[in-house]
Amino acid sequence: MPEVPTSPSVAMSNPLLTENSKSFSVKSDWAHWSVLYGASGLFALICAVFLISIIVSSIPAWHHSGLSIIYGRVWSQGSNSFGALPIIAGTLATTAIALFFAIPIGIGSALAIVHVVPGRLRVFLSSLVELLAAVPSVVYGLWGLLVLAPWFEHTVEPDLANITGHRFPFQAPPEGVSLLLAGCVLFIMILPMIVALSRDAISIVAHDQFEGALSVGATKWQVIRKVVLPGARNGIVGAVTLATARALGETVAVAMVIGLNPLFPPSLFATASTLASTIALQFQDATPLQVAALGALALILMTMTAVVNWFGRRLVRGLAFRVGVI
Amino acid sequence: MTTGVIEGLPPDPILERREMVQRVARKTLDRRILVSKGMIGLCGIALLVGLVPLFAILYSLVAKGVHWWSLDFFTKTPQFPSLLDPNQIGGISNAIVGSLVIDGIAALFAIPIGIVAGLFLAESTSKFASLLRTTAEIMTGLPSILLGIFAYQMIVIGFDQWGIKLPGIGFSGIAGSFAIGILMIPIIMKASETALRGVPNTIREAGLALGARRGVVARRVIIPTAAPGLITAVLLAFSRAVGETAPILWVIGASTVVAWNPKKEMASMPLQIFQSATSPYVSLREEAWGIALLLVVVVLIVNLGSRLFAAWLQRERR
Amino acid sequence: MATKGEAVVTERSTMVTVSAEVAGQEGDPRSGQISMRCDDVAVKFNGRTAIRDVNFDIPKNKVTALIGPSGSGKTTLLRAMNRLHDLTKGAVVSGSIRLGDTDIYKGGIPATLLRTRVGMVFQRPNPFPTMSIYDNVVSGLRFNGIRNRAVLQEAAESALIAAALWDSVSNRMKAHASTLSGGEQQRLCIARALAVEPEVLLMDEPTSSLDPISMRLIEELLDELKSRVTIIIVTHNMQQAARVSDLCAFFLMGNDRAGEQIEVAPTKKLFSEPDDPRTLDYIQGRFG
Repeated sequence: MPEVPTSPSVAMSNPLLTENSKSFSVKSDWAHWSVLYGASGLFALICAVFLISIIVSSIPAWHHSGLSIIYGRVWSQGSNSFGALPIIAGTLATTAIALFFAIPIGIGSALAIVHVVPGRLRVFLSSLVELLAAVPSVVYGLWGLLVLAPWFEHTVEPDLANITGHRFPFQAPPEGVSLLLAGCVLFIMILPMIVALSRDAISIVAHDQFEGALSVGATKWQVIRKVVLPGARNGIVGAVTLATARALGETVAVAMVIGLNPLFPPSLFATASTLASTIALQFQDATPLQVAALGALALILMTMTAVVNWFGRRLVRGLAFRVGVI
Repeated sequence: MTTGVIEGLPPDPILERREMVQRVARKTLDRRILVSKGMIGLCGIALLVGLVPLFAILYSLVAKGVHWWSLDFFTKTPQFPSLLDPNQIGGISNAIVGSLVIDGIAALFAIPIGIVAGLFLAESTSKFASLLRTTAEIMTGLPSILLGIFAYQMIVIGFDQWGIKLPGIGFSGIAGSFAIGILMIPIIMKASETALRGVPNTIREAGLALGARRGVVARRVIIPTAAPGLITAVLLAFSRAVGETAPILWVIGASTVVAWNPKKEMASMPLQIFQSATSPYVSLREEAWGIALLLVVVVLIVNLGSRLFAAWLQRERR
Repeated sequence: MATKGEAVVTERSTMVTVSAEVAGQEGDPRSGQISMRCDDVAVKFNGRTAIRDVNFDIPKNKVTALIGPSGSGKTTLLRAMNRLHDLTKGAVVSGSIRLGDTDIYKGGIPATLLRTRVGMVFQRPNPFPTMSIYDNVVSGLRFNGIRNRAVLQEAAESALIAAALWDSVSNRMKAHASTLSGGEQQRLCIARALAVEPEVLLMDEPTSSLDPISMRLIEELLDELKSRVTIIIVTHNMQQAARVSDLCAFFLMGNDRAGEQIEVAPTKKLFSEPDDPRTLDYIQGRFG
């Protein structure tokens, strides 16, 4: 490998060279940097082509329907009518149901793991939660379809309807496979992720701050409420945001339990559809125009999740990157 | 000797405040302790409520899955239930082989790209690096079905726009590998960046101070030091990729025969679960539990194994 | 409670005992009122003794220093005095620690309430980073249910003046606590502890993480705080103990690796003519 004098561009991109080049001479290494730039450039290229491909694949649909893809109320593949508003509503509704359960239960569990359960159990529960976060989503879908759906159809949904007097949104006949079931399956799926990430954020709040609050006469809950939760706020909000992105984009687990009905769900017990599950289930036998319409859904979904994700990442940046969880 | 209130002097504000604080603290104490116990009890209940469905899933998997495991299950190909024998379903050897080939090829190209790009993120402070980091972070959070569409466009039907023409190769294992590999790259990138940044700067500088090139320092010092973290990163990314269904849903073709050739149509375990679970045959639906158990066992072994291995390696080094 | 010739004197609501054994000895800080009293105190963690055989009185409105090498259990003893070990699973405190005439462990007083009477300042400054300077100071009052703004304002001012921080922060009370320097943060923690007007202030090596100037400031502060609270300070720094304390308790790690009390004496005496040869060894720097 020939030795080449340090080029300004390499020096700029490298903190060690710029900071330490005075104290000792660092040999530049073109081969090293070209391999690094090669791999990174390849990944950047893939991402660029990916973005372009999703956009390009949807173009015929925008030509055909224009912006009514976003606000149109009728989605019918057979008649080439592509209005995705009910589908977007279904996506938001399932995610909202999941978050409604997952936020209190997830944060409560994380607090319990860090501040309530004794040491050994804490280690066990923490590992269990991380392992559950790694269970593939198709398994959650399988469980939702074969175990939860019959139970919802025969017990949960009729009981809910009776308790609430069949009022909105509990009025329709129970079907098992429904908006509510999809939301609940999503809740169970994102729960380990919220617990694992908020547990990290909560345990980062220093123990000496905990003791500082106790030593001026706070009760344990007061410490948690006024010191621990504010200190962990960014991490917890980040955890919830990342979980939101996951719930918005979950495909197979939702596809298995939502019933794929592209109408505004009149009730929690009615079938509905989400962006990702529509793409998954209508892709087969689709004409080129229909594929383009699904590409448009993909573009909408990508925009939604990318924005949510970007916010979430910024908030959890202080925490270690968790492969199993994120 | 006796202290206390001396007549005629103004009262001491500090003693007054001390009494006031004690009085109020005592008055509110019962309520505060009750609220504290109640809220902490609620947190405990939240934990129990959260654990119930998770344990229920694990229970269903074992209870309904384990009896499917037989030699035939692992070695035979699927048979469709017929009127004569509605219970004949064969095995899932095609899905096992498919998963092995698809995820193996994906790992083969994703691991080097991911680790080297991770090294770039750890070593470079350029604008490009921070842009790439954000891109990788967003990519890890994107719905994986999007990668399925991408693989379908690029590999299955091929690319034909603006005069650029790439022939498609149809439904194939390689299309699945393409999607799964792209899914793995940003995960490996981010996780290896974290592992490589964990290498103390002093070690890096010691190598450079001896006059070694950066490439040599990276190969001989930094990567070996970060090896436990890198191995964990790769294995965890792999365990995530093995269970992914959405990216391969419409690109691998779902064959029912054992295929080792990645250019042919293939099967895969997660896809097989999806198809069996949504099939009209009761026996196939129940068989999905057997495949799901196998998949979860594989994922958990890889996941747990990587953590234990990294912990062991860390201990050995000391 | 009055046994062995101890006189009982009533001071407002709290009972205070005077130890007759030392009463009247010229210049002994123990000749005044007693604030806290340790009898046969031992602390065990999961059966392993960290410190034992602690017997001494802490004089009211004086500075008592706990000194000794690492592992001699001084911090463990200090934390036992406001029941911080309650949080640790497997920690057992035996013997009796009394505040006034209340045994703080044997059902006398809830831990939460005790901690408003016995405050604590920690080794590293630990202000609440998400709260403003003002909110930090009044946090103890708010935790205890005091909401009256005028009262909070007055208490905050009084505590900040006592902690010699008022002049530098009075015009930025809404600023975040993390904007203060290390020494200022520690004084903020002192003000936070003072705001609930405790009778005793425990300080666990309060200057060990600070620069010499901040250390000096806090040492000077202790002398002024004496009139307000009884101070018990753990320190590794013998010069500091000699400078700031009236009474000194010396601890060593025994053969069983548990800390034990070696000698308790007025600071002047302990540093000039200690009774125990091991004390002399330690202050002359032969170990620890």
